[in-house]
Amino acid sequence: MLLKKRQRESGEINGSSMADIAFLLLIFFLVTTTINVDTGIGLVLPPPLDPEVEPPPIKERNLMKILVNAEGLVLMDDQPASLTEVKDKLVEFIKNPTADPNLAETPQLAIVSIKTVRQTPYRIYIDMLDEVMGAYRELRDEASLANYGVPYGSLEDESEQQQQVQDLYPKKISIAEPDQE
Amino acid sequence: MAHFQKKQAGSKQEIPTSAMPDVVFMLLFFFMVTTVLREVTLKVKVQLTQAENIEKIEQKRLVSYIYIGPERLPNGQLGEDKVQIDDSIIEDIGAIRTIMYDKLLEEQRMIVSLRVDEESEFGLLTDVQEELKQASAFRVNYSTRREN
Repeated sequence: MLLKKRQRESGEINGSSMADIAFLLLIFFLVTTTINVDTGIGLVLPPPLDPEVEPPPIKERNLMKILVNAEGLVLMDDQPASLTEVKDKLVEFIKNPTADPNLAETPQLAIVSIKTVRQTPYRIYIDMLDEVMGAYRELRDEASLANYGVPYGSLEDESEQQQQVQDLYPKKISIAEPDQE
Repeated sequence: MAHFQKKQAGSKQEIPTSAMPDVVFMLLFFFMVTTVLREVTLKVKVQLTQAENIEKIEQKRLVSYIYIGPERLPNGQLGEDKVQIDDSIIEDIGAIRTIMYDKLLEEQRMIVSLRVDEESEFGLLTDVQEELKQASAFRVNYSTRREN
């Protein structure tokens, strides 16, 4: 019998360049992608109004009307105010610690209405909204610290505690249609 | 006379690199999963404004962007305020309704991120918001930078 010894080449693929290929891919993804998180002020728009249905009545005292004109001047319930005062005034309006009959009955009923004109620069509008958000954050932090000992931001998302603080100070912000000028 | 012989190292002095591709691939997949591809080319100038009380949007896949700002003209100047969605400038504001409604059908939990130039006037934004209401895309986010 003839035994033929076949000399086989080893069946291995040279894998040393695999790392280079993977590095190339990695660098491509690093360059073409963004990792920064989008930050901003979140808001939920109200559904469009049905012209046939009357809007529910709102007591005047529960409504804080904020008007901003094109020059960035602010009127709060017909009283001129500066942007830096807005937050403190809002906190007072929502909490109403002295049970003033002109301020909100309860924090749950308080509504903040922001109205601008078409010429208002976007920056001023955002500054205004920022102040309103700041007022609510202050109130929620306070309530959360008093009840659970941690600031509102540290509460777990969609936890019962977070929900309770939200129920205590619901964000009711209305963005009114600007007047046509 | 004693004869000293130099001891030779028995094993090879090499670090095994066979696991390197696996490590790099793991890194690669990590980046592929946590990031999204670079956004659209901007045809409008958007200089974001600053705010203090802001939130982060962690789920980037839910976000669709609307850019509002002065149009960049070919000669390097700035034109009128325009609205840009994805890669094109929307001339007809009424078209936003159908575009956003289609996007909403694809992703029910969509958040519309409005990236508006700080010098823009509020009027155009109102028109866009009105269209968003009609498209029942109610969750919006005013994109801002963090105040220092």
